[in-house]
Amino acid sequence: MSAGTLVAWLKKPGDSVKRGDIIAEVETDKAAIEVEIFTSGVIEKLLVQPGEKVPVGTVLAIIREEGKAVEPGRLRISPSAKQLAAELGVDPASVRGTGPDGAISRADIEAVARRARDKGLETIGEEPVRPLAPSPAPLAPAAETAAKRQARMRQAIAAAMARSKREIPHYYLSTTIDMGRAMAWLSEKNRKRPIQSRLLYGVLLIKAVAVALREVPELNAVWKGNQAVQSQAIHVGVAISLRQGGLVAPALHDTDRQSLDQLMTNFLDLVKRARAGSLRSSELSDPTITVTSLGEQGVETVFGVIYPPQVALVGFGKMMDRPWVAEGKIVPRPIMTATLSADHRVSDGHRGGLFLAAVDRLLQDPSQL
Amino acid sequence: MIKITYREAVRAGLREALKSDPRVFLMGEDVGRYGGAYACSRGLLEEFGPERIRDTPLSESTFVGAGIGAALGGMRPIVEVMTVNFSLLALDQIVNNAATIRHMSGGQFSIPLVVRMATGAGRQVAAQHSHSLEGWYAHIPGIKVLSPATVADAKGMLLAALSEPDPVFLFEHAFLYPMEGEMDEHAGPVDISKAAVRRPGQDVTLITFGGSLWKTLEASERLALTGIEAEVIDLRVLRPLDTATILASVRKTHRAVIVDEAWRTGSFAAEVSAQLMEGAFYDLDGPVARVCGAEVPIPYAKHLEDAALPSVEGIMRTVRALCWQS
Repeated sequence: MSAGTLVAWLKKPGDSVKRGDIIAEVETDKAAIEVEIFTSGVIEKLLVQPGEKVPVGTVLAIIREEGKAVEPGRLRISPSAKQLAAELGVDPASVRGTGPDGAISRADIEAVARRARDKGLETIGEEPVRPLAPSPAPLAPAAETAAKRQARMRQAIAAAMARSKREIPHYYLSTTIDMGRAMAWLSEKNRKRPIQSRLLYGVLLIKAVAVALREVPELNAVWKGNQAVQSQAIHVGVAISLRQGGLVAPALHDTDRQSLDQLMTNFLDLVKRARAGSLRSSELSDPTITVTSLGEQGVETVFGVIYPPQVALVGFGKMMDRPWVAEGKIVPRPIMTATLSADHRVSDGHRGGLFLAAVDRLLQDPSQL
Repeated sequence: MIKITYREAVRAGLREALKSDPRVFLMGEDVGRYGGAYACSRGLLEEFGPERIRDTPLSESTFVGAGIGAALGGMRPIVEVMTVNFSLLALDQIVNNAATIRHMSGGQFSIPLVVRMATGAGRQVAAQHSHSLEGWYAHIPGIKVLSPATVADAKGMLLAALSEPDPVFLFEHAFLYPMEGEMDEHAGPVDISKAAVRRPGQDVTLITFGGSLWKTLEASERLALTGIEAEVIDLRVLRPLDTATILASVRKTHRAVIVDEAWRTGSFAAEVSAQLMEGAFYDLDGPVARVCGAEVPIPYAKHLEDAALPSVEGIMRTVRALCWQS
């Protein structure tokens, strides 16, 4: 079955429905079937008319969950945002909310007030707003410099990424890694530790990358002039996203020579200082390769853009239980995708493949890391 | 500082209490010869003798009642009810006697009784042995309800409870007994009136207690890597609740998630949520969210039990949704 014809609606907009109700009849190639509803609420809108033939998967109607009815004309604004708006002299009606169903948050109010202040004007868009409160308090100058710093960072990222895609012929390789052994080893190691000194699997990944680079040193290099210069030391840069947007990738110096515990401590310190804006300039300029993990964001595979003058970047995706074949049997295993983005001027797929294989091999015996 | 398991910390507290006050004695099922169902009192019978480490019949109503009587008579009994699941048999003694006698006697009598019990799920002991009923007890005026989550609290709250003039109930999450932590070797009584900020943060307040503290802390460390700095509050004392600490935190972060292993409906999390509505409504930048146990008898099968309890991932998902991070 790939399509069906809507024969009749049994409910109309405004009707309450509950889980299990039949709301429509649909005719398929074989028979007429009843469309059962799996959620309770109020029919807001019917999107398909009787007689219309539509593909399977087409949205037929919109149902608003109970208790979510939005009163027309009533502003969806958090209590705290409402109060902040009054303090800053922002008219909430002029603010476009970025939350669920357009709800207005403190951040939305702050953004509007900041824009008004930046412009030095008393209007925002077409909507007039009252002049900002005469008291100097609410928006500290720090907020403005933060906005400027933010814009500068975006420009720097834009320049580096555009240069990377312009100059570096990227190639991408990816492999799936069975993290079963690594996770079992880690949970055994963490079992007796207090939460503050537990190892996160991220440091295993960072260390595995660092150690694997010893075997494929051409990926641990910088492009200078017209050639790649291999780096003696291995300084893995770790991509850290910042709260206000943007990212930095400061170095964990001599990554391959640090113990997992040292790496964990230094990594957490790096994250904290990155967010506080107190990284040392050497940390920003020293990385010889970058590792980025978007697993926490639910990403399966990362096709990263190399940060020049580096010549490679390793990305890790989300770890999830997947069917895996081991010794002829299908077993569930925590599986993760590792991706290499590399500069084809410097290395070839064969060497890149060896590198990913080495990362995989190291993660199968984490006690060696 | 010494490394010590939660179980050993409880035992250290018991031993110190028995040594320092001749009125203190321990009573409950299997606390003597067997050393306690969770081995908290192992070795105490040999050390203190059968007068002070007393095995009781399998009758919770009887030995909790006996504890009330002993407390009335000037002793300082510590009653171990094996688990919260079995404490239901003693509810009449607890609700109608322990909690009311001071009031009913016009203040003439007090019940300095300490009751300890294991609580919580997560060890595949199925629907009758996995309850989290601390919230029920916190409903009752006239008693104090404590939820020690750390080794220092496991020992220190017990010692502090013995100085209270009224009944104190300690809920020890069974999952925590083998957990190791650090504390001062000579750590003594701790405060039993305040919640504790276990991790500072400014983006969202995570409020929890007991066994869920560790899941919540792990979730907050992982959330930090995605840019959300969560403040984690360990309630420690469920009754009387320290609302000042949670309100101060939410006034700073403007968002709150409550993590409670108990069933959602009528849970202690619901009480905390109501307190936030009453005390911090105009500071909230989003609805108060709850991560609670699923509303089912706790299943035996491991994957189903895991799915029925708050998880690190579940906490992270809820926090992210609240912070509008997709």
